[in-house]
Amino acid sequence: MAYEIVVLTNMAISILFALSLNVITGFCGQVSLGHAAFLGIGAYTSAILSKAGVPLVVTFIPAMGMAALVGLVVGVASLRVRHDFLAITTMGVVFLFTGIVRKQDILGGEIGIAGIPAPEFGRIGLLVTALLCVLAYLLFVIRIRKSWAGFAFDSIAEDEDTARLLGIHVPRFKLFAFLVGTAGAGLAGALYAHQIRFIGPDSFGFVESISVLAMVIIGGIGSIWGVILSAALLSALPQFFQIIDDFKLLVYGLLLFGAMRFAPDGIDGLLKRLFRRAGGTR
Amino acid sequence: MTPARLSVNDVSVRFGGLMALEGVGLEVGDNQLLGFIGPNGAGKTTLMRVIMGIVQPVSGQVMLDGQDISKLNSVQRIHAGVALGQQIVKPLRAMSLLDNVALAFGGSKLLSPLRALSVRSRATEREAARAILSDVGLGAVTDKLPNEVPLGYLKRLEVARALALGPRLLLLDEPLAGLSKPEAGEMADLIAGLPRPGLSVVLIEHNLPQVLRVCPHLYVQANGRGLAFGPTDDVMAMPAVRKAYLGGEG
Ligand SMILES: Nc1ncnc2c1ncn2[C@@H]1O[C@H](COP(=O)(O)OP(=O)(O)O)[C@@H](O)[C@H]1O
Ligand SMILES: [Mg+2]
Repeated sequence: MAYEIVVLTNMAISILFALSLNVITGFCGQVSLGHAAFLGIGAYTSAILSKAGVPLVVTFIPAMGMAALVGLVVGVASLRVRHDFLAITTMGVVFLFTGIVRKQDILGGEIGIAGIPAPEFGRIGLLVTALLCVLAYLLFVIRIRKSWAGFAFDSIAEDEDTARLLGIHVPRFKLFAFLVGTAGAGLAGALYAHQIRFIGPDSFGFVESISVLAMVIIGGIGSIWGVILSAALLSALPQFFQIIDDFKLLVYGLLLFGAMRFAPDGIDGLLKRLFRRAGGTR
Repeated sequence: MTPARLSVNDVSVRFGGLMALEGVGLEVGDNQLLGFIGPNGAGKTTLMRVIMGIVQPVSGQVMLDGQDISKLNSVQRIHAGVALGQQIVKPLRAMSLLDNVALAFGGSKLLSPLRALSVRSRATEREAARAILSDVGLGAVTDKLPNEVPLGYLKRLEVARALALGPRLLLLDEPLAGLSKPEAGEMADLIAGLPRPGLSVVLIEHNLPQVLRVCPHLYVQANGRGLAFGPTDDVMAMPAVRKAYLGGEG
């Protein structure tokens, strides 16, 4: 039973993390290769505060705030660069983050932070909290999707110049995506720190950034339900099969390649095509 | 005297070694339709992009209703009342023709993510979009995706989208290109009917018969320089225009 709870909690955290990147990369079309840095910022913020005696749920706010603050800075920097260069910039963020953490004694340096207090409400309580966080974030991103913000994002993701000529204030919408996306990652990080109860710079590096990007792309860029499904699957697999964990980057890389080559719309597009065929309409 | 709707003064544009525009100027009053002609490569599209704030001139000034808008970016100019239907159509291919136009009706929601987040319904905008699409002859295909309709339809979509922005100054870059002869006639009629107090139109077109039919005033440009500007009949009678634009015949 305990094991299942751990797996489910990890799954919920992965879903939250993937949904948060989906706002930036899926909704707004801004590729990020460094999203794990924001998971890390949330994790470190929450871990330090809760070691100082702050209740877990209260640490959520500064964890999200710190991640969003740095997200805003990266967002402002990203306004000046375009697609391919944005990938490099965001990749730089994750190397910068791990580089800085390694050198800071208050952040545990190379060793990391151990002995993060167990959540006061126990393992099941943490699972419930994680699920509530996923639910709240999910409702928020559905709201974005269905509102005019999602409408505007659709145009920016496809063609920024045209979006501008329709009167859309592109920079503001991009920054909004970065804020919402990085805050979500910060929240996921706070949960993660208390699930694992030990964090170090290696947990928030380039590999983790690529993993979460793989979840978004395999789920179907921008598709909320596809991303949830792929995050759930991809986070569960390595927990059940050690071999997948050992070759995580290779497996994700192959899946990514397969998705881009054979199902460019991800699971979402694949399912839609199957249903359309099954439904008998062309 | 009220200032002109649009006044372009002494605009020059350089692309590397090429002077695409050299000291050009023109003026459009309220409720006017100005035809803008000139051979390929004359710098017509470039001038539209200068007015729109997409291309930065090395010198010169753009005034809208007496206000200098030279320092505004293109989004600010759109919300100030300038709209452009581009020569190369740029539909958003992931959404229906209807939503392409409805989005342009978004107004202040497009300036603020928080305002955008607070509104879910697209009903009013879609209704307005449906009306404009049927005005431009796309009433039957509003729910199609851009990839499902021919280029001629996308040219009309471009016009519909620009109109949806509710401009005071509408710039149309070759909206008749790609339309069949009867379609081009209809579109020219539609454009001729647009100007009213509060809306002026600049029409770039290669379809000379249609331009001469619907435009009371003409501006002619060649090789990045203004050649002639005035009432259509006067302009077409000028030898320089006949020589440059019609290749000297007659
Ligand atoms: N972005 C650009 N960079 C370099 N040269 C350009 C650019 N846009 C247009 N030109 C050049 O400027 C000249 C005018 O082009 P354009 O304004 O498109 O003419 P027109 O619309 O009258 O056919 C052409 O020689 C064209 O090749
Ligand atoms: Mg042109």
